[in-house]
Amino acid sequence: MLSADEWRVVTLSLQVAFWGVAGSLPLGIAVAYVLARFDFPGKTLFDAFVHLPLVLPPVVVGFALLVLFGRNGPIGSLLAPLGIVFAFKWTGAALAAAIMGFPLLVRALRLAFESIDPRLERAARTLGAGPWRVFFTITLPLAIPGLATGALLCFARCLGEFGATITFVSNIPGETQTLPLAIYTYTQVPGADAQALKLSILSVILSLVALAASEWLVRRSRGKSAHG
Amino acid sequence: MVEVDVAIDREDFHLEARFAADAPIVALFGRSGSGKTTLVNAIAGLVRPRRGRIAVAGRVLFDASRQIDLAPEKRRVGYVFQEGLLFPHLSVRANLDYGERLLPAGERFVDRPRVIALLGLDALLARKPNTLSGGEKQRVAIGRALLASPHVLLMDEPLASLDAPRKAEILAYVELLRDELKLPIVYVSHALEEVTRLADHLVVMSEGHVVAAGPAVDVLGRKDLAPHLGRFEAGSVIEARVATHDEAYGLTTLAFDGGQLIVPNVDALPGEPVRARIRARDVSIALERPAGVSVQNILPATVDAIGDEFGAIVDVQLHIGSTVLTARVTRKAVAELRLARGRPVFAMVKAVSIDRRSVGFA
Repeated sequence: MLSADEWRVVTLSLQVAFWGVAGSLPLGIAVAYVLARFDFPGKTLFDAFVHLPLVLPPVVVGFALLVLFGRNGPIGSLLAPLGIVFAFKWTGAALAAAIMGFPLLVRALRLAFESIDPRLERAARTLGAGPWRVFFTITLPLAIPGLATGALLCFARCLGEFGATITFVSNIPGETQTLPLAIYTYTQVPGADAQALKLSILSVILSLVALAASEWLVRRSRGKSAHG
Repeated sequence: MVEVDVAIDREDFHLEARFAADAPIVALFGRSGSGKTTLVNAIAGLVRPRRGRIAVAGRVLFDASRQIDLAPEKRRVGYVFQEGLLFPHLSVRANLDYGERLLPAGERFVDRPRVIALLGLDALLARKPNTLSGGEKQRVAIGRALLASPHVLLMDEPLASLDAPRKAEILAYVELLRDELKLPIVYVSHALEEVTRLADHLVVMSEGHVVAAGPAVDVLGRKDLAPHLGRFEAGSVIEARVATHDEAYGLTTLAFDGGQLIVPNVDALPGEPVRARIRARDVSIALERPAGVSVQNILPATVDAIGDEFGAIVDVQLHIGSTVLTARVTRKAVAELRLARGRPVFAMVKAVSIDRRSVGFA
């Protein structure tokens, strides 16, 4: 049903999206928690910076990544001797996807953290739990619905990421050619509409599966944690 | 022993409080906004005082001059919050486990089966907090705090969100804890009936300051505190024991130092200590023992002091044996009866004015 090349596109897309989400999660959770719980000078500016990928043209983000993480860029040249290369690699596609999906993850998580009564955390402290334990046994479990929603939005954004990816890591079949890039390529080739349609339908199916998985997670945690 | 001497600065609130109490139940009493909760939060380590010292059971939890400020998780205080604050994602069992598991087995001195039995939690263990009633939630919250083997139990208005029957139920549990576990309790409330029933030591707070502190019986009888004691208004507390029950009329006779008091049926066994609060306005004064009146309690008393109020109403302090009683009468009556210090009189108290709410188990 799918050719080997098309399979490669699908698995690469899933790989990029998975690492995009996995890569944004730790920092996203930390940033969302800080924004939800603490006030500090420059918070508005910090918040705006986090949201930048949401409002900038993706091409601009891709160009910034190219400048910073390119082989001769200030960060890229530092990481290259360590064997970490993003430019024109699938890892670069994952990085671009992670950055584009990051604000969506943070927004959903921040709302979830804000809706948790901070006195529950204080109650846990008085019962003998240190701040880290409180976070992992009370705060994070209560934020699961927000985490699921944020991770889904982030995943979908990663799966659909086009502009930043093509600008940063180009459109290399088998390395950086994800679903949107492949679809775009087929639309540029005369008589390849059928392939473009096939991949488009596949995109729809993948998105629906992700949506269902997230719904399931939310419902499961609701069943466990509904407020009375 | 609970020792507190702190100054706390919040954004728009300044609190200075100092008291030391060696009593089973210390009550912090005051209107909302008086600083009671802030003070309890300081004991728990949730609010950092600007200066001062806090010690519980001989253990220093905070001492600004020695730069001691134990983290809340190191203080070993059991905190029962107004709304219970059970962890909504955990079962009752897991809520109870939370603090207990964090404590090394060697430091646990609270017996789990006993607490579960005492609070009647057995049937609730598998349930989720959102399926519990208000009273059940509060019982679980008390159990959760106890199982962390605290050195002191802090209870912040634990009855505020409950209806009257649940209040009575939890109050009875608090008394059980005091008697069974010998754990000091700091009880925060703005309800005088709870404080009258429970407190051994009373700290009255107003606008961030301690306006009175001392044995509950003394503080509750002070008429200068009437503005702070609020809707129950001025009155006195009598420490008594149940003497006899009159089943036919549904009355109970309480014996106290100086006499006897007849009140509507009190649900306690003869010999049990109780406290009765008598409002000053429910006490009237006669020069001779009146005959043919419906009043059940006519007590020979001596005038101690007469208030110097200029309005229509004057508070007259009497004593019956070693027990102090305040009567609120008109200034006209004081003049007509020529009341003066040392004058023997009869204090009259209607039995029905001492309702169930004003009698508590001591």
